[in-house]
Amino acid sequence: MSATSYGWLILAFPLAGTLLIGFGWLRPGGLPARLPGWIASGAILGAFLSSIGALIKLEDRPEDARSLVDSAWTYASTGDFKVDLAILVDPLSVFMCLVVSGVSFLIHVYSVAYMGGDRGYTRYFAYLNYFVFSMLLLVLAANFVLLIVGWAFVGAASYLLISYWYRRETATSAGIKAFVINVIGDVGLVVAAFLVFDKTGALDYAGVFGQADSAFGHNDGTLVAACLLILVGAFAKSAQLPLHTWLPDAMEGPTPVSALIHAATMVTAGVYLIARMHPLFEQAPTAADVSAIIGTATLVFAATVALAVTDLKRTIAYSTISQIGYMVLGVSVFAYASGMFHLMTHAFFKALLFMGAGSVISAMGGIQDMDRMGGFRKAMPFTFAAFLCGALALAAFPFTSGFFSKDEILAFTLERGGWYVALAIAGYVGAALTAFYAFRMVFRVFWGPPVQEARELEQGHLAHHPPANPATGEAEDSDVGFPAEEHHIAEREWPMRAAMGPLAVLALLAGFAQVPGVTDAIEKFLEPTFADSHFHESAPSDSSEWVGLVIGGLISIGGIAAAYFAYVRRRGVTLQLRDRFGRVHAFLVNKWYFDELFEAVFVRPVATAGGFGRAVIETRFVQDFLVGGAVGIVRVGTGIARSIQTGYLRAYALLLLFGVALLALYFLLASS
Amino acid sequence: MWFEQVLFFLAGIGALAGALGVVVLRNPFYSVLALVTHLLALAVLFLLLNAEFIAAAQVVVYAGAVMVLYIFVVAYIGGLDEPLRPEGGLVNVVGPLFAAAIGVELCIAFIASGLSALDTRGADLGADFGSPGEIGQLLLTRFLVPFEAASYLLLMAAVGAVVLARRRRGLEEVEIGALEEVGAPPGRREPPPETTLEVRV
Amino acid sequence: MDVVWFLVLSAFIFVIGAAGVLTRRNPLVVLLCLELMLNAGNLALVAFARMHGGHAGQVFALIVMVIAACEVVIGLGIIVAMYRNRLPIDVDEMSELRG
Repeated sequence: MSATSYGWLILAFPLAGTLLIGFGWLRPGGLPARLPGWIASGAILGAFLSSIGALIKLEDRPEDARSLVDSAWTYASTGDFKVDLAILVDPLSVFMCLVVSGVSFLIHVYSVAYMGGDRGYTRYFAYLNYFVFSMLLLVLAANFVLLIVGWAFVGAASYLLISYWYRRETATSAGIKAFVINVIGDVGLVVAAFLVFDKTGALDYAGVFGQADSAFGHNDGTLVAACLLILVGAFAKSAQLPLHTWLPDAMEGPTPVSALIHAATMVTAGVYLIARMHPLFEQAPTAADVSAIIGTATLVFAATVALAVTDLKRTIAYSTISQIGYMVLGVSVFAYASGMFHLMTHAFFKALLFMGAGSVISAMGGIQDMDRMGGFRKAMPFTFAAFLCGALALAAFPFTSGFFSKDEILAFTLERGGWYVALAIAGYVGAALTAFYAFRMVFRVFWGPPVQEARELEQGHLAHHPPANPATGEAEDSDVGFPAEEHHIAEREWPMRAAMGPLAVLALLAGFAQVPGVTDAIEKFLEPTFADSHFHESAPSDSSEWVGLVIGGLISIGGIAAAYFAYVRRRGVTLQLRDRFGRVHAFLVNKWYFDELFEAVFVRPVATAGGFGRAVIETRFVQDFLVGGAVGIVRVGTGIARSIQTGYLRAYALLLLFGVALLALYFLLASS
Repeated sequence: MWFEQVLFFLAGIGALAGALGVVVLRNPFYSVLALVTHLLALAVLFLLLNAEFIAAAQVVVYAGAVMVLYIFVVAYIGGLDEPLRPEGGLVNVVGPLFAAAIGVELCIAFIASGLSALDTRGADLGADFGSPGEIGQLLLTRFLVPFEAASYLLLMAAVGAVVLARRRRGLEEVEIGALEEVGAPPGRREPPPETTLEVRV
Repeated sequence: MDVVWFLVLSAFIFVIGAAGVLTRRNPLVVLLCLELMLNAGNLALVAFARMHGGHAGQVFALIVMVIAACEVVIGLGIIVAMYRNRLPIDVDEMSELRG
């Protein structure tokens, strides 16, 4: 089995899973409980094992021959232009496949228990498998066409999963919001593909990247425009400024969905895109600079908002936005290996954090508000331990995985010099904020006096509240069947523990795969893909990397200490701060008023235009004037024609005679 | 010969007078009589044209049978005496105008045409031109199909007349009406329950 | 007499018949005027037969007479049916086929 055969297997397993579960739903009586979950997990396990197979096969080959393209079918072939259904198996795509399929497998296992009792259980797993299939398709695509296909599928899958509990209006609105913003990204990507095709005449990666240097000059206008449009696509998918507003609202979906889509896979598609398109970005550094600036700005913005919001899942969502800002910064300063490494470690600890949050929310009976949580340390020891591992990694505590990955990016940025130093400083500020809010979460949820739900849990009784919408608090009827009334916590369900355990271990230890100067495994593995990068040689030396790491470690410890001080030692400090700086707090809690801004600038005018269109253009112009006018003209015409049919015999006879007279006149004149 | 010319003018004036009488006379009975006169004048004209059989057929069939049928119907129905200046506006003015226009065109066509044969008396004829024997022979040989078709048409007309004019059996109000109908002039009838014409076959 | 005289005479009779069809309101008289027009046609046919020396025109005129007879029969039948159903004997009143 060659590496590309494994590549096709990677795609085939989740697709088979989706179809099997989807059609299994048609079986009378549906599928037995939890079976769809196991089928789905098995499918993703198959994909993961195939990824490992592809990895092994790829490593067998010499370093310069590790970019394999295999085509299943040709879409179009004219002259020297060819587009086909082709996958690309090279270190970058295998890396992404491993991360995606591995983390997805664990999340599937977690969901088997977490979503138990939900009426849409089968639908959930069918969607989840479909999502993983689309993501793998996106990653394995060998040309722009298949990339865009996978891109669109992922957007559709995310819509399906966000509005999974579709009886909730907030969920469907969030799904629509996510989809609309994703479509904006889709448009950018498609137009970028057009521009690239226009100049290079090819749509497959090998063709385009081979001609990147020759077809475009340095910072060529068209190329910069194409790269900026690619950035639009990437930022829409990865929730960077200004297209980030969908991600916090997407927390309406079930927690495992948030773990999968909004932590580990979909939001990293943008980072993957920029890394894959690196020959184009290196030829148009202006676009790369724009990307770096926006990544840094997003990083800081999201970290500040995460300080203020009180919904547990939304805090983690803003943390995601912030961390992806780091990744975007990484691949924009051409630190590809670091960016991808951070992608991997972020997948581990963010999925872990979401899983832990899911467990805590279940213990709270469905309530997500951190203001009502506290003191779960004794009641949920396993969840606490796992969440702590994830928070440590997020805060980049020394020697956790997040430590090695995040600070390496910042070291690279410092190395670039010039104005990039400002970006690096902003990155370090963000790191401090990250450490603070990560442990804000830990201390708010698990420290302090236990709340009533925690006390009940210590007695062994899981709390239960009447069904309500977590975001708005309004009551929902309980006979819908979903969300399920029963809640599942990690301490009681072995699948959840089986998923969170490995992730906790990885979150703590995965950093040792890329210790600068010691292991460098990731960087060496990804080298073949990025070998043609101009900046390959300008990596920072090991010593400067260690300096950066030390700075980062100190900042992280400082942030954790500050959080400890604020939330454990002097418990009311933050409330006093909030009262003192009320306006700032309001600004942060309202997410810097981005939603209101978009509402005023885009939504309101478009809605007004739509209303105007309906009232004036559609009703008056089209309906009354055009259609009604046509009808009226026909009516008048037929009315005129009708008036000839008077019913009077003599009138008819007169018409006859008139006609005869005319005819005779004609013949007379014609023959004379 | 002058005899023929005088006869032509007399017959022509008779025909025209009869035609005008049909159109102008108010009482329909007088119109029928005027038509009979017209038909007889036309028979004379046919004789002038050496069409003896046609002239005889005209008198016997047309004036003799068809007009008699007409007279019976007019006696049965009567019809109105139309007022002298009938209303109906435009048609009464424009109609004759168009008719006159057609007349002028026809005359122009006939008189100003380049056919030289029109200015002669016609071709030389054999002795039995227009005789019944000749017509009969043609009807049975060359014009057999029109002959049979005409007889078929007559059959259909007869059937149609019977259908149109028969009494409806089993319909109460018509039977009652039928008893009243015989001999009663139209003016004394009470209005029927429905005035719409229903086709009941 | 020249043939053209007969033709002109037939044209006059035709025209008088046409005017009568348009002007009169009694359907019986309208039918009579129709007869006038048919007769005018007959006259023209016979005149042309004389002109050519052939009998075709005369046979045609005979058939026209047959047709005229049939038409009169049916037309009178309709008028009698109108009379029987107590409808007004006036062509202007019979206007139910208006569009």
